[in-house]
Amino acid sequence: MLLRLFLLSGLLLSAAAQAKLEITVSGGSEGALPIAVVPFALVDGETKTDIADVIAGDLQRSGSFKPMDSQRMPQQPQSGRDINFAAWRDTGVKHMVVGRGQMGPGGELVVEFQLFDIFSGRQLTGYSIPTTPERMRRVAHQISDIIYEKLTGQRGAFNTYVAYVTVEDDGKGSVYRLAIADADGFNEQLILTSMQPLMSPTWSPDGSKLAYVSFEKGRSLVFMQDVTSGERSLLAEFKGLNSAPRFSPDGRTLALTLSRDGNPEIYLMDLRSRNLTRLTHSHGIDTEAVFAPDGGAVFFTSDRGGKPQIYRLALKNSRPDGRPQRVTYEGRYNVRATLSPDGKQLAFVHGDGKRFRIAVQDLASGNLRVLSSTSYDESPSFAPNGSMIIYATDRNNRGVLEAVSVDGGAHQRLGLNRGDVREPAWSPYLSK
Amino acid sequence: MRLQFFAVCAMTLGVALLQGCTGGDGNLRRGDVPVDDISIGADQRGADGRGTEWGGANLQDEFAGRPIKELLTDQNSPLSRQVFYFEFNSAELSAEDRDALATHARFLNSRRDVALILEGHADERGSREYNLALGERRAKVIERVLSLQGVTIDQIQVISFGEERPDAHGHDEESWRLNRRVKLLYTGY
Repeated sequence: MLLRLFLLSGLLLSAAAQAKLEITVSGGSEGALPIAVVPFALVDGETKTDIADVIAGDLQRSGSFKPMDSQRMPQQPQSGRDINFAAWRDTGVKHMVVGRGQMGPGGELVVEFQLFDIFSGRQLTGYSIPTTPERMRRVAHQISDIIYEKLTGQRGAFNTYVAYVTVEDDGKGSVYRLAIADADGFNEQLILTSMQPLMSPTWSPDGSKLAYVSFEKGRSLVFMQDVTSGERSLLAEFKGLNSAPRFSPDGRTLALTLSRDGNPEIYLMDLRSRNLTRLTHSHGIDTEAVFAPDGGAVFFTSDRGGKPQIYRLALKNSRPDGRPQRVTYEGRYNVRATLSPDGKQLAFVHGDGKRFRIAVQDLASGNLRVLSSTSYDESPSFAPNGSMIIYATDRNNRGVLEAVSVDGGAHQRLGLNRGDVREPAWSPYLSK
Repeated sequence: MRLQFFAVCAMTLGVALLQGCTGGDGNLRRGDVPVDDISIGADQRGADGRGTEWGGANLQDEFAGRPIKELLTDQNSPLSRQVFYFEFNSAELSAEDRDALATHARFLNSRRDVALILEGHADERGSREYNLALGERRAKVIERVLSLQGVTIDQIQVISFGEERPDAHGHDEESWRLNRRVKLLYTGY
């Protein structure tokens, strides 16, 4: 899968969107681990940056690490043999990464890296990764994943993608683009361009497909598109709204919102037979369904009680098991829920009457924490390891994406040099 | 056609839509004719055989003889009000909205060949999907008002764009007010 995606990325490079995502990092978690990623003397051709910078950037954005400025390093060794640990012990940095490019036996490029505990001088891990110059950034993200997992015990999510929608005025009108980029904002690839609005992109659990809402036929319809082949199909074209698609954890079913029976209700569509099962029955709006990671329930937005709130409906064999239970009580407006990968936390848009911010609620205790400090936040999406949430917000009248560590400490911003970016959806893991 | 129209009026007697039955001065405004006069008058005139005079003729006066395009674009036309605004997270219509919609209903009833698209919108606050549903709810409230006054459902199509197609691009109260709207788009003429 990963390999196929790569092949495609080469093909699509020439068609990449003109507007480029730019990343700004701010803040950092308390207790972020100081780490030194020594320059590899290996430069990524596209961005002209040493891949050590790509790794340091990944680690910093996670909020869990505080990479050392390379200017302050006592030495810049490329191999473990050359490290003078005594010189490093004074810096206060606990871990260091060294690496280099090598020529493999078949003439191929091999990136080698080692992670050391500076105090003991012990190597914690090290790998040789065969690659090509074009795949350099990808290898850097893989190395970041390995380091992150070794030092935090949690799987890294740097070698992943983010899907999003951009809107740009080209002089004749708004141009909408559905695109995917690496999780650090680089390597943008276009999935769809339209003169009509695009909404609600969502990944299939294996990362091979995106479902989304397109207005290309004059109203909201649900499409599904193969990320690599570009092949797409129209899934829902019923009378009324066709919207809010979300895949089930096994990828066989799509939850979606249809108003074909009069008002918006949640349905499940079997993706093979296209058969529909209606899940909700209320006079209010029911929409934005999302599956619990175990597939045993859907969470959705409903204003059946007057104001929009999040409800949970248990499922048994893809059918409702009991009645929907209200989940959110704090605040008058709670919508667009998404679940952490472990199913324990619910993130959503929390409106207090004036501001609409991203909040996380612990499902067991009901405790709610507001994560964002901006006023018009939308579309929260968890990284596949649950460490960060990416969401859309407004900065200086521009739509931008921001990612925040779930502990609230570290922020990063992904903005376009012109136009708006919105509707982020963090990909699942694409490889084992 | 006229008969159908009367039937609807009779059914809706006593509602604020009553003025739809008056026809008359060609530029209807609520309050021009006391409501009591109309309801009593309709029955009495019908009963004493003097009803023919006002029925069809007034209806004709209101819209007939004018090109539809002019009716829909002229600022002084009784159909000039084609955008309806809403409060935040609300789909409630004001009394003035209902009056203006009554005129649109009479027009649609007099011209069954004309079709109407009700385009629902929301402001940017909150989630896009909920706002898509909210835009539909607003358009459907108007659809219901029109259909209660005899407009056939086949004449009306509801489309919601949620917050995706703002009229005003600011991020302030005034822009939000302008964006929480339903637009009436006439087609098929």
